[in-house]
Amino acid sequence: MNAGVHIWWLGADAPDDRLLDTVRRAIQSAFGVTVRVDRQPDRPAHAFDPRRGQHSSTEILKWLVGRSRAGARTLAITDVDLFIPVLTFVYGEAQLGGAAAVVSTARLAIPTEPDPDGVLFDSRVIKESVHELGHSFGLIHCDSRACVMARSVNLIEVDAKHSSLCADCEARYRALHQKDDHHE
Amino acid sequence: MSKERTRVLVVDDEEIVRESLSGWLAKDGYTLDAAPDGPTALDKLSRERWSILLVDLKMPGMNGLQVLETVKKIQPDVAVVIMTAYATVETAVEAMKMGAYDYLVKPFDPEELSLMMVKIVAQQQLVRENVLLRKVLKRDYHFRDMISKSPAMQRVFDLARSAARSQSTVLILGESGTGKELLARATHAESPRHSGPFVAVSCAALTETLLESELFGHEKGSFTGAVNRRKGKFESAHGGTLFLDEIGDISPKLQLDLLRVLEERKFCRVGGSEPVEVDVRIIAATNRDLRKASETGQFRDDLYYRLNVIPITLPPLRERLEDVPLLVEHFLEHLNLEMSHRIEEVSAGALSALMRYHWPGNVRELRNVLERGMVVAKGSLIMAEDLGLDAGAPRQAPVDVTLSLDEVEHRHIAAVLHHGGGNVTQAARTLGIDRVTLYNKIKKYGLRRVEEHNEEAK
Repeated sequence: MNAGVHIWWLGADAPDDRLLDTVRRAIQSAFGVTVRVDRQPDRPAHAFDPRRGQHSSTEILKWLVGRSRAGARTLAITDVDLFIPVLTFVYGEAQLGGAAAVVSTARLAIPTEPDPDGVLFDSRVIKESVHELGHSFGLIHCDSRACVMARSVNLIEVDAKHSSLCADCEARYRALHQKDDHHE
Repeated sequence: MSKERTRVLVVDDEEIVRESLSGWLAKDGYTLDAAPDGPTALDKLSRERWSILLVDLKMPGMNGLQVLETVKKIQPDVAVVIMTAYATVETAVEAMKMGAYDYLVKPFDPEELSLMMVKIVAQQQLVRENVLLRKVLKRDYHFRDMISKSPAMQRVFDLARSAARSQSTVLILGESGTGKELLARATHAESPRHSGPFVAVSCAALTETLLESELFGHEKGSFTGAVNRRKGKFESAHGGTLFLDEIGDISPKLQLDLLRVLEERKFCRVGGSEPVEVDVRIIAATNRDLRKASETGQFRDDLYYRLNVIPITLPPLRERLEDVPLLVEHFLEHLNLEMSHRIEEVSAGALSALMRYHWPGNVRELRNVLERGMVVAKGSLIMAEDLGLDAGAPRQAPVDVTLSLDEVEHRHIAAVLHHGGGNVTQAARTLGIDRVTLYNKIKKYGLRRVEEHNEEAK
């Protein structure tokens, strides 16, 4: 049973409800699934690595899986900086074809051009949220730089891509999703 | 698409590193596996092909540099990236010296890792495309066992391909060693008669009587020693191709006999009266100017016209020197197999010497020179001095007054044969004697093999 996507705010600061709702609508539009924003008061404190001063995204994913509803996917959005052991940082991480994904706004908030209304920042968070959820739906990186599933290792690459799936990824998603529905 | 074919092996004793790196790269679509130590990685490497190895420097037991050293011996084209948490200039230099593709310090910047992976994949793709293109090019340069990219030879191949489809007689002209028999064999192989026999006769190697019997066969008792009835080459080639090499050297009587067979497609065995009918396609070859010989009356003009239906002239190697590098590569491949050698290539100096040489013995001489080079070479590279080429003017050898006349003759014949790439007809002409006499002298001095010519010529 596909129980849709649940968005949890796991940040240190208070949640930005407007941003979370914008992300909710973008995900709903990209994947055609039910998306809800839930309150999650707990925080995975153990995921913090004092040596690096960052949170382990892998530990956060494990923590999310332990709390997720069966059949549902959980997208955590946080304002803390994330890392995986071999890399200096990540914008987010997801289990490929799994139940959990996490996105950090910490580096997406770095200004690269004037953004008085926060439109650029919102679009970055939307893109990385759709991207990581795409992985949890089984999609891998796309060679098209404009596709939301393109690998982005810097803000220039994040800003260069659209917030939607390209035609090829859309078709792949439908194929995977239909298979899911069929099994259900 | 190339990413799916890119197989990446992560070698690290820390499970968390193996998992996170594999997980990150898997999302790019690479095929991934991981090994916790050097021996496991090498075991995987001996079983399957890998494109990229990401190897941790510090591992218990076998360290990253030891893994790198062994990998380069098993699969030298694998890109090995050394990862370390404690970078030192010394180990980085050491790793690069040993053939590592790159050296990364953990944790990596995602951009650095991503760019490096893209670069490796692109380079490996280029190498694969290069190999493929070279194969395609080589296939285009081939006509069966012959290889050339020169326009003149490509025209020869085209003509031979067209000739192969017909039943017409082919006359192959060209200097010794240009590949006349190879072209004849290729033409036969491309013809509708390819499943029939290809029978070659060297007309210059035998006396008139022997050649007659060799070509037409003989009846029992037709001459002393003819104890049994024997089929000749014409009968043996029934349904296939008869290659008459050095056709310009046959006697007037045999020229007439041959003319009759070509006109009537039947003949009588020596000592017989029953006509034998044959279905044979004739390919003749000579290094002589047959037109001139027919004009001066040395060769029957009616036979010349019978043979000269589809003339194909093979250019000498000195007129297609652009083929030398291609032929060198081709012969090295073959000689490596034949001689169980592992000569990688010829040095730039050696290739330049090969390009400067005038090649009187043509492609055959080039092959012999390379064979000598392979025997003499000390490493995996043939150097200019290994070739034994004398590109300059012929030197005047000092006269050795201690030698007997026989010894002088022996040495001189060996030297002339070597100079002409072992071609007997050319050597006979240089020496001013007929081929049969030369064959007798070759037998007398035991000079039959080309390798021996080389030895004798030293």
